[in-house]
Amino acid sequence: MKPPVLRNPFAAKPLPEQPDIEAAALRSDRFRLEREGEWRRLERIVARMERGRIRGLPDEDIADLPVLYRQAASSLAVARETSLDAATLAFLEDLVERAWYQVYGPRNGLFRWLGGFFRGGWSRAVRAIWLDIVLAFAAMAAGVAAGWLLVARNVEWYFTLVPGAMAGGRVPGASRADLAETLGVADSAGGLSAFAAYLFYNNASVCILAFALGFAFGVPTLLLLIYNMAMLGAMAWLFNSVGLLPEFMAWLSVHGTTEFAAILLAGAAGVHVGRNMAFPGEASILAATAQAGNRAALVMLGCVFMLIVAAILEAFPRQLAGFEARVLIGVFMLIAWVALFALVGRRGRAETAS
Amino acid sequence: MTAIARHIDAKRRREVVTPEGVPLSITLATRGSRLMALVLDYCIIFLTVLIVTVSLIFIGINLEQLDSLDGGGGEFLLVLFFIAMFVLLNGYFIFFEMGPRGATPGKRMVGIRVAARPRGELARSGERLTAEAVIARNLLRQIEIFLPLSFFSSAGEGGAGSAWIVGSLWFATFMLFPFFNRDALRAGDVVAGTWVVEAPRRKLADVLSLASDESRRGVTDYRFGDEELSIYGEYELQQLERVLRDGDEKTLDAVHKAIVRKIGWQAGSGDERAFLEAFYTALRAKLEGDMRLGQRKADKHTQAQR
Repeated sequence: MKPPVLRNPFAAKPLPEQPDIEAAALRSDRFRLEREGEWRRLERIVARMERGRIRGLPDEDIADLPVLYRQAASSLAVARETSLDAATLAFLEDLVERAWYQVYGPRNGLFRWLGGFFRGGWSRAVRAIWLDIVLAFAAMAAGVAAGWLLVARNVEWYFTLVPGAMAGGRVPGASRADLAETLGVADSAGGLSAFAAYLFYNNASVCILAFALGFAFGVPTLLLLIYNMAMLGAMAWLFNSVGLLPEFMAWLSVHGTTEFAAILLAGAAGVHVGRNMAFPGEASILAATAQAGNRAALVMLGCVFMLIVAAILEAFPRQLAGFEARVLIGVFMLIAWVALFALVGRRGRAETAS
Repeated sequence: MTAIARHIDAKRRREVVTPEGVPLSITLATRGSRLMALVLDYCIIFLTVLIVTVSLIFIGINLEQLDSLDGGGGEFLLVLFFIAMFVLLNGYFIFFEMGPRGATPGKRMVGIRVAARPRGELARSGERLTAEAVIARNLLRQIEIFLPLSFFSSAGEGGAGSAWIVGSLWFATFMLFPFFNRDALRAGDVVAGTWVVEAPRRKLADVLSLASDESRRGVTDYRFGDEELSIYGEYELQQLERVLRDGDEKTLDAVHKAIVRKIGWQAGSGDERAFLEAFYTALRAKLEGDMRLGQRKADKHTQAQR
């Protein structure tokens, strides 16, 4: 009795350099020998792509890749039903998996992707979490108000809210001249660089922590934002009490507009992850978290970039520029960020969004 | 022994369906190999930083003196240096995992890679690994590893004991995270929707039925009856295939004896390999023939399933 033959619709003609197909005793081995050439070609193409030499590949290889991949996949499906050659099955499984990673892998390298990120992907991600930004902004505003009001009622609160390393000479009761000196320009910048470094370090860890704490359903993120902004509120009250508030704002705004925007976005990203864990909707918690995480990651990458910009602003112009220049730089940066998030990438939504 | 090994292996197996509808079995990477990869990667990063710093000193730039230079220039350069370090520390993982191999050099050495975890209704359909996912899983590294380290360093300065405890707890929570879920996901994998799998790289082995033709030349022809071939199943066939491919003389001998005894033949000697290859080919021909008719026999203990 003759068993029925399964024919592969994609089966290729046997290649000329394989003369001994008929010599194989088994039908499944003949099946393999007939297709082996294609598999090996696919393996060669995939290996070259893995080495990152996609540009060196001839055009016909790239054009044939999807076809070869599908042929290998259907060979695997047929072989699973007809062959007991474990080694060939294992090879085919690995080959299809490798090709699958290449065919369905990340499309661009890091640098191409970064291009798309700055030309719209980032802004779109920021716009997508607008609700969380509103929440985080409310928390920050509440924090500033709370800090100001607490210290205004009882000065002792100042020492609770502002840690010693941060305060330096900025304590209640310090003279107007002393406080003015802490905002000084280049010639008196000696002690300032340490403070600036501390501030950057502090803000960077606040950003990261705010995002990380989103894991706990976002509540600690909001608390962290409130606490940190209370510190700002307390300091603002202090400078206001000696009539230096505009100078303080100018001093802060050079890099502060960038840095506080970064903290706001990081907090919003954390809240976004937390909110989607708490209310996953139709999807499973894991799936909802992963989806929110991918969106938040884009925002966070932008935050890292903003912090770098802030650090450069911090190290360079803040100590050298005068009052007007500081305000100008600060306001310009704020407008630039808002414009970036609001306007860039409104077209071509599908490119990097999903 | 082999049964236990097979069981452990099966626990790491996951089935993913490609968009073409072909199910692929994927093996998750072990936690140990992932730790090894992490250590290797940090060694590479550390060495890079060391080499850059030393060569900077070699060409006459001392970072410690830079800070005390006049004006803001020195400080500006210092800030640039730290930003470059920051970018290296974070960009290293993102750059390599976004590449065509989906693996950092450390992961490549260990033989593992990052892949998208299937999600969706059936939780099986294979997904594309996106750049966003790679970034998300690596940003979380900051929280898993560097944040507790900063706790430790602040504890070292201030001498506060609670920072040590908090740092250790934090560190332990994230380091032990992979032990508390089935797929060995770390926190970054959960947020990004990825997992770490063994990188496929098996090569195509030779055709056994061809090899047997060559080695059988000039030796007696073995013929096996239906009785003799219906003793063993697919599992034994695969074990026999492995023995033949390994080609270890002693094992071949032992397997030869066992099979001859089982099918009730007289044990000869001298041409064990030829006998086993002939038996393998005949057994596979029979089992594959049955398979096409829809009859499969898993191993010697089970009857053929219709």
